[in-house]
Amino acid sequence: MKTETAAGQPPAKKEWLERLGSTAYWFEAIKKWAWILVRFVLIFGISFVILYPILLKISISFKSMSDLYDPTVIWIPRTFTLENFKLVFTAMNYPSVLMNTLWLSSAVMLLQTITCVLAGYGFARIKFRGSGFLFAAVIFTILVPSQTIMIPLYLNFKNFDVMGLIELFRGSPANLINTYWPFLISAALGMGVKTGLYVYIFRQFFRGIPREIEEAAYVDGAGYFKTFGRIILPNAIPSMVTVMLFSFVWQWNDSFFTNMYLNEPKVMSSMMSSSGFTIATYLTGGGQAAASYTQDPFFMSMMMNTSVLMAILPLIIIYLFVQRHFVESVERSGLVG
Amino acid sequence: MKLKKLSLEQKNRYYGLYFILPWFIGFLLLFMVPLISSFRYSLSNLQVSNEGFTLEYIGLANFREALFSHESYVRMLTESVINIVVNTPLIIIFSLFFAVILNQKFHGRVLARAIFFLPVILASGIIASIENGDLMQSVVRSANDMTGGGLSVMKNLDLTIMLLESGMSPIIVEYLTGAVSRIYEIVSQSGVQILIFLAGLQSISPSLYEAAKIEGSTGYEAFWKITFPMLSPLILTNLVYTIVDSFISDQTSRLVVDTAFKSFNFGLSAAMSWMYFGVIALILWVTTALVSRKVFYQN
Repeated sequence: MKTETAAGQPPAKKEWLERLGSTAYWFEAIKKWAWILVRFVLIFGISFVILYPILLKISISFKSMSDLYDPTVIWIPRTFTLENFKLVFTAMNYPSVLMNTLWLSSAVMLLQTITCVLAGYGFARIKFRGSGFLFAAVIFTILVPSQTIMIPLYLNFKNFDVMGLIELFRGSPANLINTYWPFLISAALGMGVKTGLYVYIFRQFFRGIPREIEEAAYVDGAGYFKTFGRIILPNAIPSMVTVMLFSFVWQWNDSFFTNMYLNEPKVMSSMMSSSGFTIATYLTGGGQAAASYTQDPFFMSMMMNTSVLMAILPLIIIYLFVQRHFVESVERSGLVG
Repeated sequence: MKLKKLSLEQKNRYYGLYFILPWFIGFLLLFMVPLISSFRYSLSNLQVSNEGFTLEYIGLANFREALFSHESYVRMLTESVINIVVNTPLIIIFSLFFAVILNQKFHGRVLARAIFFLPVILASGIIASIENGDLMQSVVRSANDMTGGGLSVMKNLDLTIMLLESGMSPIIVEYLTGAVSRIYEIVSQSGVQILIFLAGLQSISPSLYEAAKIEGSTGYEAFWKITFPMLSPLILTNLVYTIVDSFISDQTSRLVVDTAFKSFNFGLSAAMSWMYFGVIALILWVTTALVSRKVFYQN
């Protein structure tokens, strides 16, 4: 698929003239440029399709009410305004929601990465009867939809207890619904959002590391855990970056578990699913704007768009900083078996 | 110490077990136990109260209710299955194609990759669901259509007529034009798949292509004889990933959640999710059985 190598180093002038005369040369050149053109159009088109909703949201969020009803305004607002942002900022209690989400996502990311890197290493290195069966269990956790185990999990965390210990001390099992504990516990025990996939990535990666490296470390007198910490982990950094980014982002966006475990919208994803309602209550209760605003579906939709933009904005900013490293690390992370 | 007497190999085994221990506890307590109790719930009438919950065995009544008397379950289930069957091949072909393109050298490749992986960051059921029911977006979209800008480049109607007149089968035409109008859905679901394919492309040794070039193969031949077989294990991986990924955010799973937490019919919801899982497992089994026969492994 390397068409661009057709033109090598500049040939001597006579050769060049000869080549200009041959049809094969022109055929090759046309083929090359046609492919470049097609490729450009395809990439540009798909990039546009991907960016379109984001651009649209940016455009909407800067619009004012008068622009909404102006049929000549489509993309560029006539009067730029930051009012939408201010309103969403206060109505959604943005700073505290942002801090909650950052805190939760980072904590889950760290716990998940630690558990999964350990499990992945274990699965790559243990060999005994039944180890294949254990790894099949990892695949099984990926395949079973979370809806299937949703109700027992919910009831588990609603009446949380470890072998009757909590009941012994407190008199009743703890209710962990509406706290962050369900997320932290499932992350630490490797059963959070898409955790099976992370174990799989790490296991594939560690299988690619030659055993001789570890054996050399043993010969030099390093213990098992020391070898893991000093030799194996530093090598695993590319795949760890991949998993950390995935787990941060997927926790940030996860609406399934957040809506299930949290009654109040404390984090971004549950905030987004109820942003319309929150803003409407704020507007009618706060008394800052006329109640007629909340009746206006256009206005509410504008608010929703602004709030979604504000919810994904931190992710996009983080992505801008890490994307180069991210793509490179995936290529070297052993995501490929 | 007892461990001292074991050989290195044997030691490895036991230490390996320590490494997987946290995961294993989680697997037992947060996966196996809930899975079994979920199955029990699907066979019973579950009443939740403040003190806890009570179970009353009612046999297959929940399954019967979901299949025969629920107003929308069967319809949504069929729609979900059709969606998966239709979208999965499109996503695989699309992501393979663009992975190959993004793997070539051209100006702005870094930027193009950054944009193509944005869906991985933004892919989330909730954003998509807000998008669908959104008034402003549809207003701007229709304004765009009127002025001829934006996404109306894909004028499906003319294309359909043209293809039909050129003698293509209506089913294929419908599939292709449907793919064009669902392009955003497909693009936003193929971020991870592109990433996996791209990583696979990077791991193919360039010497294979050099050898093929010396033997006089064209880019087209090189793709089908080298790239495609070398990537075939990843096609299987991506197939499984796509199918699994698609049931996280689709309407049947939303119905399952709503049945549990809006109408508080936990038993029915468990029955629904078990049948859903059964259907998905069947699809996965059939696809892996069909595809893995064609997969080429290097070793």
